[in-house]
Amino acid sequence: MASPRRAAVVGANRIPFARSNGAYARASNSDMLTAALDGLVARFGLADERVGEVVAGAVLKHSRDFNLTREAVLASRLSPWTPTYDVQQACGTGLEAAVLIANKIALGQVESGIAGGVDTTSDAPIAVNEDLREVLLAANRAKSTAGVVKALAGLRPGQIVPEIPANREPGTGMSMGEHTAITAAHWAISRTAQDELTALSHQNLAKAYDAGFFDDLMTPYLGLTKDNNLRADSSVEKLGKLKPVFFPAGADKAEATMTAGNSTPLTDGAATVLLASDEWAAERGLPVLAHVVDAETAAVDYVHGDEGLLMAPAYAVPRMLERNGLTLQDFDFYEIHEAFASTVLATLAAWESPQFCKERLGLDAPLGSIDRGKLNVHGSSLAAGHPFAATGARIVPTLAKILHENGGGRGLISICAAGGQGVVAILEA
Amino acid sequence: MSHDWYSDFVNSGIGKTIAGNLGLPPVPVLRRWEPGQPLLSGAALLGTATANGRVAKVVRAVLSDAGVEVHEDPQAPIGGGSSTSKVAAAVVDATGLSSPSDLAAIQGFLTPVMRRVGSSGRILVIGDVPAEADRPAVRAARRALEGLVRSAAKEARYGATVNLVHVADGAENDLESTLRFFLSSRSAFVDGQRLDVGTVPGYAGSSAGTDWDRPIAGKVAVVTGAARGIGRTVATTLARDGATVVCVDVPSAGDALARTANDVGGTALQLDITGEGAGEAILSHAQRHGGIDIVVHNAGITRDKLLANQDTDRWNSVIDVNLNSQLAINDILIGSPDDTGFHRGGRIVTVSSMAGIAGNRGQTSYAASKAGVIGLVDATAPLLAPKDATINAVAPGFIETAMTAAMPVGTREAGRRLSSLTQGGLPVDVAETIAYFAQGASYAVNGQVLRVDGQNLLGA
Repeated sequence: MASPRRAAVVGANRIPFARSNGAYARASNSDMLTAALDGLVARFGLADERVGEVVAGAVLKHSRDFNLTREAVLASRLSPWTPTYDVQQACGTGLEAAVLIANKIALGQVESGIAGGVDTTSDAPIAVNEDLREVLLAANRAKSTAGVVKALAGLRPGQIVPEIPANREPGTGMSMGEHTAITAAHWAISRTAQDELTALSHQNLAKAYDAGFFDDLMTPYLGLTKDNNLRADSSVEKLGKLKPVFFPAGADKAEATMTAGNSTPLTDGAATVLLASDEWAAERGLPVLAHVVDAETAAVDYVHGDEGLLMAPAYAVPRMLERNGLTLQDFDFYEIHEAFASTVLATLAAWESPQFCKERLGLDAPLGSIDRGKLNVHGSSLAAGHPFAATGARIVPTLAKILHENGGGRGLISICAAGGQGVVAILEA
Repeated sequence: MSHDWYSDFVNSGIGKTIAGNLGLPPVPVLRRWEPGQPLLSGAALLGTATANGRVAKVVRAVLSDAGVEVHEDPQAPIGGGSSTSKVAAAVVDATGLSSPSDLAAIQGFLTPVMRRVGSSGRILVIGDVPAEADRPAVRAARRALEGLVRSAAKEARYGATVNLVHVADGAENDLESTLRFFLSSRSAFVDGQRLDVGTVPGYAGSSAGTDWDRPIAGKVAVVTGAARGIGRTVATTLARDGATVVCVDVPSAGDALARTANDVGGTALQLDITGEGAGEAILSHAQRHGGIDIVVHNAGITRDKLLANQDTDRWNSVIDVNLNSQLAINDILIGSPDDTGFHRGGRIVTVSSMAGIAGNRGQTSYAASKAGVIGLVDATAPLLAPKDATINAVAPGFIETAMTAAMPVGTREAGRRLSSLTQGGLPVDVAETIAYFAQGASYAVNGQVLRVDGQNLLGA
């Protein structure tokens, strides 16, 4: 079989990310995704154009937003004749959307597409109490007035308490932070190492802003021109003053290492990335920043399987390396999503561990360490924030542009996701 | 934009009567251009000062090509009307003057014309370039036209304008876009001004085949400061005239910039034009459109302070944005390849200001930058001639924008009323003049600074 063509990353647009209940408190997912799309349309002159597909999603979604991406496209300046679909793979959504489009481009099914993601924890969907819902559904099913009255007689004051979405794993009832605290303890990730990674993320992102790196990747929104979680003056010293907020179950609280500083905050935002065939880009005189080479997903059994919730990328990456005949060191840049500082460090520790690589990955030798100077060189989620579904669509163009500015090279993307999943990909320029 | 309530009032039924009784100044409603509008809304009168005139023939050809009825007798009855019935325009071929005595012929023609020109009418006087004459009598006669025109502009009523075009020796066949601009409603707010055609040697081009409804069709234009205000209107106007527009503004204005770009079907480039490599970034972005035909240096800032209170950082920021950025970008444009960069026959249009001509209290830095723009135009024009390119500037007067809306009422009213057209201009008036300079057909118009100010008394 002739190898399929590689999809090109042409460019991107996102809105600045905003800490929850702040600048975008009144913006809906649809508003933010539309704004991100419109900025992309403006950057690439796509007004009234039909691209092959727009694929995006959100993790926290109102039931009315079942067609979120389609509604956003209809509200945007793209041609209303542009087809869309929604995907949802938790924090992997944005990257998965990009992979789906890249694959269709590779197969020649579409020539261009926009991948994206959006999330708001400010305008979150609040559902009615489960008891109330059952009463209301029963009333709805009743065939007579008497039946309706009888069903509604089941109403109780306590049912007024709504059900608010929580950052909690349904399988374990534990929050993501609590899960990660276990992983951090297991890999003995120190507080200092986490704070160092965090400070570097802020410093790198601030430097990237100062250098104008985001001038063609971002469009201001609702008065924000930068991610407002960014603390350019962040330091290990300042981060060291924060109290731990996540505690590994059953462990000594004094050993807790995870703070609000070295964990990503709840964030609102949207991101989009334009992918295309080389031909499509060339016809429009548009640059090709990088190509999508391969992608892999993995999942771990964090419920019964003695593996950390966010460790799936540790399994996905070696499978992808094997398929491509690469080693972990064959990359010029690494973009490892900073859900928590300890997530990045635990993943790197796993790859360095002969025991993990032998027992869990079945490898004779560990993957080894990476040059930390090539990791998240323009900052990542700890500084920028992490609107769940948007993060992949932030990272893909960031890495593509880094590779392009480098004059070529190969980059690795690794994103962990809720539900014990992970999405990873390789870009080359 | 601040609403002009006074204009609404004096143009209302009862307001017109009251204003008339009290002797309040009327505010004419200016005719403005829209695609498909005829060049003139009625007939034109064409006068000749001497038997040696060299442009009457060209004017007649342009007018008849535009379907305009032309009469030479200023008292000719028109359309079954009388010898005083209204005309849309009068053009005087004032070339070939040999002494000030020849001016009487122009007076003889224009005296009946002043009462015949209708609302938003046009009087255009075309003379020789004074500097091309050595003999004192000839040069005096040529120079006299400017006083005549500027005074007639102050006398004209109902939104009629009077302007002067100097045509260089040998440039009489290169007037078409200029004639069309000054006669049409595109020049609604240009009054009492002078413009020279063909004065920078070595120009080349043609107006043949121009679609006058879309005179820059297929061209690629770059507009800086396009997010809002006059820049947004310039982008809209150039797109209306057929150009693909690259809209440039600072990254922090990116959301408004995206709206402009999407509204005009162009592209957005978030860029700090004062940054290193700004010119290269513009060229690089424009590669996708195959290069650049038109650059409009519209971006500008004010950091007003009395000179007594000025500080150097504020001063420098104004000079950097309003002047140094343009110089740097122009250098890159001029040095770029004809095919993929700034194209042969390209157009640069920059924005000066009435403040740069007349000065303004508290605006030393702004006025310095805007006067500097005029020097930039003067010196750049001959550099562009070998590329068949041109550079010109528009100098807006009081234009109704968010900036003027923020002025104190007294200052704003003075800005509006102390002009021959007794009102503020609109952003589109500035944009129309820029669009005229941007036309390929304006190939003989180079190194000019044209005020768009309704003949404001400031700096007149």
